[in-house]
Amino acid sequence: MLELRHVSFQVDAEGTEKEIVRDVSLKVPERKLIVVTGPNGGGKSTLARLIAGIEKPTGGQIFFNGEDITERNVTERARMGIAYAFQQPVRFKGIRVVDLIRIAAGKKVTAAAACEYLSAVGLCARDYVDREVNASLSGGELKRIEIATVLARHARLSVFDEPEAGIDLWSFRNLIDVFRNMRETIADSSILVISHQERILNIADEIIVIRDGRVEKQGSREEIYPSLGADSAEPPACDRLLQNMREGEDA
Amino acid sequence: MMDEIQKRLLLEVADLHEVPEGAYNIRANSRSAGRRSTANIEITSKEDVSGLEIRIRPGTKRESVHIPVVMTESGLKEVVYNDFFIGEDADVVIVAGCGIDNCGNQDSEHDGIHRFYVGRGAKVRYVEKHYGSGEGRGKRILNPRTEVYMEENSSMEMEMVQIKGVDDTDRATVAELAAGASLVVRERLMTHGEQRALSAYDVQLNGKDSSADVVSRSVARDRSFQKFDAKIVGKAPCSGHTECDSIIMDEGRILAVPGLEADHVDASLFHEAAIGKIAGEQLIKLMTLGLTEAEAEEQIINGFLR
Repeated sequence: MLELRHVSFQVDAEGTEKEIVRDVSLKVPERKLIVVTGPNGGGKSTLARLIAGIEKPTGGQIFFNGEDITERNVTERARMGIAYAFQQPVRFKGIRVVDLIRIAAGKKVTAAAACEYLSAVGLCARDYVDREVNASLSGGELKRIEIATVLARHARLSVFDEPEAGIDLWSFRNLIDVFRNMRETIADSSILVISHQERILNIADEIIVIRDGRVEKQGSREEIYPSLGADSAEPPACDRLLQNMREGEDA
Repeated sequence: MMDEIQKRLLLEVADLHEVPEGAYNIRANSRSAGRRSTANIEITSKEDVSGLEIRIRPGTKRESVHIPVVMTESGLKEVVYNDFFIGEDADVVIVAGCGIDNCGNQDSEHDGIHRFYVGRGAKVRYVEKHYGSGEGRGKRILNPRTEVYMEENSSMEMEMVQIKGVDDTDRATVAELAAGASLVVRERLMTHGEQRALSAYDVQLNGKDSSADVVSRSVARDRSFQKFDAKIVGKAPCSGHTECDSIIMDEGRILAVPGLEADHVDASLFHEAAIGKIAGEQLIKLMTLGLTEAEAEEQIINGFLR
């Protein structure tokens, strides 16, 4: 479905060229859940932004359903069926939750249908549907609304950048249910998740480890998961501590 | 009878398809195109100058007054004085508004001077919309002056909207509040082309526990210019807040001049002012949902000016 061929991305950092993504080649087949993991600063989020079209690669090509989309912009890729959930969701003054869901669905959805997407991410729809997506919402609430907008897109490929970060009291099990439902209800769809979370790694069909901008390992969960030692992904103990801190921030 | 252009203007400024419920006066090209008083609301013409006197009996509840103005003749210039006397404990909605369609090459101008005398305990919601259209080279000019005199424990909510087509506006709003009175102003403004809009407020909080909240949201596009000048003076234990929140685009220019003056130790006043362009991340988020950049921009502005 999605294929990256020798994709590179360089930025000009104070006169010296810095390579954030180096010659990455990977495939996301149909009906798969792929988890991209690896140390922070390794280029994972940049990879997601390259797939969504927010950044343009400085080398290589990106294919979606066999078509070269390297030169396609964000809007075109969205309309072709690529959805993208921001790691840090954006706030808007005056735009309501129901407006965002309607834009995402690309048609007039009824208030009841909009509410279903909110319920799926554990928000009491009645309390949220008319709220503005502004600074009055907590980080955790925004994050769930972000996931709801991606659900509403019914996209062939959905890319989530650290969806678990800051989802406060809402459990991982619910997040995992969201992924499962998406796979069941959208024909031939795939999901690409950037995550450190062992519970998300646990439901992956395939795992890709990115380090220093390169693909370090790539293979089935059974193959890769046991090898995720202390240095590849964040170790579980550290992961839990980090999660506790994030929940603490949100509370 | 009104023509189609006048009816369209009426719809823009007062959401009116036909004659409204309740009391009304419709002014079209400087003449009255219809008027109705009710048992509790009396509308009469002024004798000395052009304009109306609107008297609302004490205790009038849930009634409305519509006084829209439409102008379709090029080169018309008028000054109109409207005085509102709102009786004690009344609870009413007043809808004003002016629509100018100028197809000619001469300027059309409507200067409305509105004075509100809000009685003790009365509650007023005031809605004023300005709109301009027409292809002519003549400018569409609106210079409203609004004066609000509020007695004890009265409250007034003013919604003032100017989104399209007015070339030049110089708006002044002054208010004096007695004890326990509260004033809320929501102004929404969008300018484009070479338009110029000035809006100045002078709110005097004279009585104990009076309060004012003046919030302006605006968008300046193309080469337009806006000036927002909001001054609140606290002369008693009171609370006041002004906010100017603006999106700047193209070669637009915005000058925000918030002013606070505390003449009493228990006056609590603060202001906020923010001017900036649309955040890139906002555009990108809406583009990832399938909108083009132009569509995303429109959604962001519509939401901001909602």
